Amino acid sequence: MIKLIWLVPLLPLIGFLIIGLFGKKLSKSLVGIIGSGVVLGAFGVSLGIFLQLAEGAEQSTTIDLFNWISAGKLSIPFSFLVDPLSSLFLLIITGIGFLIHLYSTGYMHDDEGFSRFFAYLNLFIFFMLLLVLGSNYLIMFVGWEGVGLCSYLLIGFWFKNTAYNNAAKKAFIMNRIGDLGFLLGIVLIYVTFGSISYHDVFEQAKSLATGTPVLTAITLLLFVGAMGKSAQLPLYTWLPDAMAGPTPVSALIHAATMVTAGIYMIARSNILYTLSPDTMAVVAVIGVCTALFAATIGLAQNDIKKVLAYSTVSQLGYMFLALGVGAYTGAVFHVMTHAFFKALLFLGAGSVIHAMSGEQDIRKMGGLKKYIPITHFTFLIGTLAISGFPGFSGFFSKDEILAHAYEHNKVLWLVGVLTAGMTTFYMFRLYFLTFKNTFRGTHEQEHHLHESPKSMTIPLVVLAILSLVGGLVGIPEVLGGHHFLEEFLAPVFDDSHFRLVHHLSHETEYILMGVAISVMALAIYFAYKTYVTDKKLPAAEGDELQPVHKLVYRKYMIDELYEAVITKPLNFIGEGLHKVVDNQIVDGLVNSCGYVVNGVSGVIRKAQTGNIGFYVFVMVISIVLILFTQLF
Amino acid sequence: MSAIQTIPINWYLLLSVVLFTIGVLGVLFRRNAIIIFMSVELMLNAVNLLLVAFSSYLSDSKGQVFVFFIMAVAAAEVAVGLAILMSVYRNSKSTDINDLSRLKG
Repeated sequence: MIKLIWLVPLLPLIGFLIIGLFGKKLSKSLVGIIGSGVVLGAFGVSLGIFLQLAEGAEQSTTIDLFNWISAGKLSIPFSFLVDPLSSLFLLIITGIGFLIHLYSTGYMHDDEGFSRFFAYLNLFIFFMLLLVLGSNYLIMFVGWEGVGLCSYLLIGFWFKNTAYNNAAKKAFIMNRIGDLGFLLGIVLIYVTFGSISYHDVFEQAKSLATGTPVLTAITLLLFVGAMGKSAQLPLYTWLPDAMAGPTPVSALIHAATMVTAGIYMIARSNILYTLSPDTMAVVAVIGVCTALFAATIGLAQNDIKKVLAYSTVSQLGYMFLALGVGAYTGAVFHVMTHAFFKALLFLGAGSVIHAMSGEQDIRKMGGLKKYIPITHFTFLIGTLAISGFPGFSGFFSKDEILAHAYEHNKVLWLVGVLTAGMTTFYMFRLYFLTFKNTFRGTHEQEHHLHESPKSMTIPLVVLAILSLVGGLVGIPEVLGGHHFLEEFLAPVFDDSHFRLVHHLSHETEYILMGVAISVMALAIYFAYKTYVTDKKLPAAEGDELQPVHKLVYRKYMIDELYEAVITKPLNFIGEGLHKVVDNQIVDGLVNSCGYVVNGVSGVIRKAQTGNIGFYVFVMVISIVLILFTQLF
Repeated sequence: MSAIQTIPINWYLLLSVVLFTIGVLGVLFRRNAIIIFMSVELMLNAVNLLLVAFSSYLSDSKGQVFVFFIMAVAAAEVAVGLAILMSVYRNSKSTDINDLSRLKG
């Protein structure tokens, strides 16, 4: 099965080519079948590979496909690395990807860009698989840029709307800033180690001392790339705006898969990070700050997708916190569970928006429970999972991260727990405002309320089941479970683990769990009291808000801050350069070339009098002169 | 001793220099295109004369071969040149070269 790995990215690429080239001529149902079918095929192969690895096949196989770049000493083969980490990501990408393709056949059914949408989605899956499968940093970089491109295309999918286009551009440019860091990191890796293949780099890195400055530089540069792609402070503002794209895109790209590329990259380079404790500290601090910061913004948003977007930023911060404290397995575990429940929540939100005829403001919803029961039930499961309700998937992964954070630094843990509480609060606020009490929308909307078609509810149900049981692969020992995931991923993180052993007593772990659960219960209680018992509503548009509330509602004015500090000065400098350098110097140079030619020829042309006698005279004189110089 | 050699070479030289100079001056100072043409022919023939004379004096026939070439080329040149003159005349009703200054820069 592992030999068939090339099929995994190839299938979506074929799907993209067929749909992209002939999509207009194919019927919608055929486009849907091809688009989803190729991803399902890729999922089948991935599943086979995963099972083979889980049964104890060769733990790390490099499959050389062809020689890609070879120039001088630099030789980069186009090869794939199959190991537990990449196979797990393959499963997440193709599995969730397939469900979202299926969902899209229903959600996008009436859109005129139906085939274009599926072409982009297939292309995205292809690049994401390339990113995860590559056996060196360059292939990862190709995938990295490719998913950025698809993200741009899909955010601006409805390109007739200027605001959506601006959101797409914003995402692209912000990612580009991060990509520059990533690229510099790769160059530095090549300069330092003379190779960019994972195997060579990690082997050589092992012999370096902890805290070697060049390693710190490399890891920091790579982390800048991760900041852009995974929406961390200060490069996170593109992600909430990315919600301009169709909802399945938000679910697939901006919640479940692409934004976890940064996590994958750091988990892949774990040995480099383990050897640079300074970078680890930076990662942990940025992660926890992002988690807290985004969670506070999430508390005050009224757009159903915006709340989920900030929640995604916040959860990504959690994952970076896990990476920063060396809990690589915890981070990957959370990537997986988060992919389940965040995809579920986004698709549920899509189903709600579908039912509400495009309305996204939760102040105008309410009481949807009885109209769309399947969506309601699955959404509730997603909410419980993200809140870390005991037994749900989010509980186990969050618990693992918090336990590691506690052992590493108590402040990180405290902020983490606080964030978890806020997450629970805003998620239940969203849930209560949307599904409880009475309907607050217009009559027309109420009349249209309907449950979504089967193609949309089936993915919801599957994802709900996954959110429910997904955590069972990583039950901590303290609860008498068997951490399957840790065992599975052990070969990848082996070299890092013996440097970062952790031991918490069982009592401490119980206490930590107890604290997390009680904070969650408290948050649910407050949300229930505020939004169900007291039936409070978020302030309507235009109402005067408390200063702090207003600040949070306006997202801490970060966009305005960037506008004032970065965009405006850059525009000003650009304007200046345009006026002085471009108009005066560059244009001046070009124009003066023209002036010189004009002027000189203006003088010389006087010699051409048109008088033939004069020409002949000059000719004769010249011949005589030439003869004289030759003869004498 | 051929008839040519009855006259000393210096006389031939002198004659062709005079003819050539008349040709040059004619080209330089006359304004009628036809006369300029004739002056050009005069120059060519001055050279031909010299070539024939030297050919005979040095007993080398190469010079006469040259003369034939020059005559052939001159004939072709006259044909083309007169054709141009014809069309110039049709355009400007004159063969004065000073009228032909419409393309001056």
